[in-house]
Amino acid sequence: MNFVARLGAGTLEQFRGWGHAAFFFFDLLRAVPASLRRFGLVVAQIHAIGNRSLVIILASGLAVGFVLALQMYYALVAYGAAESLGLIVNLALVRELGPVVAALLFAGRAGTSLTAEIGLMKAGEQLAAMELMAIDPKARVLAPRLIGGIVSMPLLAALFSAIGILGAWVVAVQLIGVDSGNFWSIMQTRVDVWRDVGNGLVKSIAFGLICTVVALYQGYETEATPEGVAYATTRTVVISSLWILGMDFILTALMFSTP
Amino acid sequence: MAKKGMETMVGLFVLLGMAGLLFLALKAANLGSLGSGDTYSVQARFDNIGGLKPRAPVRAAGVNVGRVKSIALDGKTFQGVVTMDIERGFVFPKDSSAKILTSGLLGDQYVGLEAGGDDQNLAAGETIAQTQSAVVLENLIGRFLTGMASDAAVPAGTAPSGTAPEAGAKK
Repeated sequence: MNFVARLGAGTLEQFRGWGHAAFFFFDLLRAVPASLRRFGLVVAQIHAIGNRSLVIILASGLAVGFVLALQMYYALVAYGAAESLGLIVNLALVRELGPVVAALLFAGRAGTSLTAEIGLMKAGEQLAAMELMAIDPKARVLAPRLIGGIVSMPLLAALFSAIGILGAWVVAVQLIGVDSGNFWSIMQTRVDVWRDVGNGLVKSIAFGLICTVVALYQGYETEATPEGVAYATTRTVVISSLWILGMDFILTALMFSTP
Repeated sequence: MAKKGMETMVGLFVLLGMAGLLFLALKAANLGSLGSGDTYSVQARFDNIGGLKPRAPVRAAGVNVGRVKSIALDGKTFQGVVTMDIERGFVFPKDSSAKILTSGLLGDQYVGLEAGGDDQNLAAGETIAQTQSAVVLENLIGRFLTGMASDAAVPAGTAPSGTAPEAGAKK
């Protein structure tokens, strides 16, 4: 009997948590138009979230492009298809790795800083003070960060893919000696703008939304203690990463299941 | 001043991101080669379309002139109906023929158009009359095997006995 009661309590608690998060999400969405009117706040957040993530994203993209090209060459040269190197790296980056790896890095680089920032604001009772002054903290603090995340993420993912392809070009054409014309022309005939690049962009927008909302929610709901903020920051990375990987599977199944 | 600097940096970031997207679309995908998008559609019926897929290229003399728009099955004749979008800049005589070909040994299949000699050109919505189906590997092997069997059946025993002494003589 005790077990049944605990199961029921656990289930109810789970649903309460989801409901709470859903209400938070819709409140946040409702605060977006108000924050767009103060665009300076949004610009400041794009700077904090996007600009400052640029170095890690570009460095990782370049490294992924290098390594993919080297490994794919090893496999492809056995079939005399080394020219297709660019195509494989391109599709892998544009469809999957660009959005996913950039989003994972984004969760680690920008998501954590959002959670810690909001969490400390809450711990220092700054959010409560705002509410006392009749300023909605969701509109003033959270919504600009949400827009900043949604705007930054697709740009970062596109840059990740672009620099990855350039990295693959350096390895394939400069180091290995694949023909440069073939490298580009095979891509141009086989990669479709809407199906591949467009869907990759849709993915990265979805991941930007997920990462930012998770980070903001964890920060907003943190316990107002140093341990609470530390725990919330960790949870941000874990929950965002799992959501990204899960959503990526669903989106890939929807977008690319037909050949 | 600090605010202005930050806004400039954000502007640069957005421009850089846009440049990345543009690079992906133009240099690393087919936006540059999509043409003006002004096309007309032509149909062709094939007994077997093999592995042809929608969006496969349509080529004349190896040059891309369009794309396969859709593939359907005609329920009456049981033929595959391939609808192709051909760019407006290219016109073909009415008696042109269409073949399903393969690029390279294991490459993708595409539709090859061969121009005929008619005075009039194919108009939008018309059907190409002369077609040649895709080569299906199983049929090819099947034909080869039956051909070999019928060859072997007539001079039964002559071919093996013809080669056996030679092999023996070399010893």
